Amino acid sequence: MNTTILTNLVDTLPQFQGYAYPNERTLHPLWGVLIVVYPYITGLVAGAFIMASLVRVFKVRALEPTYRLALLTALAFLLCAPLPLLFHLGHPERCFEIMMTPHFSSPMAMFGFVYAWYLMAVLLLELWFDYRRDFVAWAKTETGLRGIIYQAFTLGVTDVTEPALRLDERIGRIISIVGIPSAFLLHGYVGFIFGSIKANPWWGNVLMPIIFILSAVVSGMALCVFAYMFLCWARRITAEMRCLDLMASFLFFALVVDTTIEGLDWLHRLYSAEEGIDVLRSLATSKLFYTLLIGQACLGTLAPFLLLGTMQLFRRKVAELNRRRVYFASSALILLGVLAMRWNVVIGGQLFSKSLRGFMSYKMELAGSEGWLLSLALLALPFLVLTVLVKYFLARDLPTMENVVPGAAPRGGKPPAPS
Amino acid sequence: MSENMTRRGAIKGLAGIVGGLLALPAARTCKAAVQNGLASSPAPAGYDPFKHKWLMALDVDRCIGCGLCVEACCQENSVPEGHWRTWIERYVITKPKAESGDTRGETFVDSPEAGRNGFPESLIPKEEILKSFFVPKLCNLCEHSPCTQVCPVGATFDAPDGAVLVDKNYCIGCGFCVQACPYGCRFLNPVTHTADKCTLCYHRITRGLKPACVEICPSQARIFGDRMNPVAEDPLERFIANNKVEKLKQSLGTGPRVVYAGLDEEVR
Repeated sequence: MNTTILTNLVDTLPQFQGYAYPNERTLHPLWGVLIVVYPYITGLVAGAFIMASLVRVFKVRALEPTYRLALLTALAFLLCAPLPLLFHLGHPERCFEIMMTPHFSSPMAMFGFVYAWYLMAVLLLELWFDYRRDFVAWAKTETGLRGIIYQAFTLGVTDVTEPALRLDERIGRIISIVGIPSAFLLHGYVGFIFGSIKANPWWGNVLMPIIFILSAVVSGMALCVFAYMFLCWARRITAEMRCLDLMASFLFFALVVDTTIEGLDWLHRLYSAEEGIDVLRSLATSKLFYTLLIGQACLGTLAPFLLLGTMQLFRRKVAELNRRRVYFASSALILLGVLAMRWNVVIGGQLFSKSLRGFMSYKMELAGSEGWLLSLALLALPFLVLTVLVKYFLARDLPTMENVVPGAAPRGGKPPAPS
Repeated sequence: MSENMTRRGAIKGLAGIVGGLLALPAARTCKAAVQNGLASSPAPAGYDPFKHKWLMALDVDRCIGCGLCVEACCQENSVPEGHWRTWIERYVITKPKAESGDTRGETFVDSPEAGRNGFPESLIPKEEILKSFFVPKLCNLCEHSPCTQVCPVGATFDAPDGAVLVDKNYCIGCGFCVQACPYGCRFLNPVTHTADKCTLCYHRITRGLKPACVEICPSQARIFGDRMNPVAEDPLERFIANNKVEKLKQSLGTGPRVVYAGLDEEVR
């Protein structure tokens, strides 16, 4: 009985205030929470890859313990990235049309190509060249399913002589260099999808792709810190403090750049005060108060900014344990803050009418294709995939090449295999 | 790698690039031909879209807000409930506050059920109203239609005769075009799960009939015609000649073609 009353009450509540075009008066925004999850996941991919590139391209040796973890994280999230899009489509069975007959003036049509390029030409290749010598070694020592998997992944290339390994190393580095602009492309294009919509003053903004790229780098780095600390905790080993300190430094500086550009965006909007600024201002202070001002600005940006900034200034005076706690808390806050940012962009852009005369409301459901459950499942899935990947490709008991093939060339510039 | 590069190899590579560039236009023509073959539209066989240029004009001063056009559109096109291919907006502008120095007060806009059943009396007392008028809305038939630009598969397209159409057998239902339309003219059809919009009643106009909304309008607020085949005393031509006409949201650069006479600055 109570449920019926509640349902009726919710149904009779106005779905909009002021005036909205009749087609905008829907119960849910057209792009719901699945489209929030999608840029969040691709952003994490791009950011995690940039973190790995710091080791490979920029030779930041102290970050080596996280190199492979960062790459596997990027892979796990990239594998899950198309799912929210697919679930969202009205006709998912026609999804391949995007690749078969792409309409080149559409940024969305680039999805298939950018995704395929990034997965096939960058991430999988880099991983393969990095892991090849280990696959050869593991194929010799491991039995059963693991042995078969490692054997298959060698792709029949078992040459582990020094010149071959040197070539692996060289190609891996080239791919990694190509991977940096590719990662920017992957997420920049997602930002462009929103930034190119001139009909919507909340989205149509030249800074949007840049903001997306920068927030992606920040969130991906935070994810690497989070994943590394979590993995060390799960394995009951101590995370390397030097590595953590350095990751936190990079995270802080990325956050500084991201915050500056996002702040500049708002400053420009408020100062130029173009048509629609009143709507945007009231959107930020009313409908998006909790997710934008509290979630994104205070908890997701200001708090980690102060925490990580303090650590930069007073690192030597803070005990290791406390530093670890601060890093973990900061990365978790940043991860939530960037999720809030994606929410604010995607949902926020659909909470006001394009007539700029009214607001719509959003009642999120628990179940259903645009509900909490599916979104949470899609957010959890990459972590599950990552767990499997870590189990198979970052296992502690896997031998190194040096143990299997006596006299094998030593690994140059690679992270030491987990002990 | 570079020491293995021979002149022969370099020339081969260049020839490949040039050949590829030369093949591009041919490939595009083939693609267009295939698309023409595959694209489906409600036009009858023999209809040549290159020989027409359809246009709609709206006379704001003539619209009485009866809602018959909305009703006719819904029935003619089986528009699902809660979605609209055309609608009417009512603008009520109040008098400015005394001694405010303003030229007008507040603007209230409404469109209950898209104006389908007409409009109830405004809640604003008559003595406070400065002016009130109705504005019919529909697809603006943009020349640089943002909805067509963003469609990832080319399911929505600008027909040569000026109509902007959606191939529902091809649309993947991503909703990008709905977001890109600044006029709120598009929606995702809950029955077909594809993008939907005003087609100017393409199945009618390609058979020599008028769109349903134009046919039924009792006050001739909607004027429709073919700019490439003007009839004697063409109403559209007369309308454009006799009125100072405007278009909606021109600053966005979408090149809307639908013309309005009697628009107020408040109309967006």
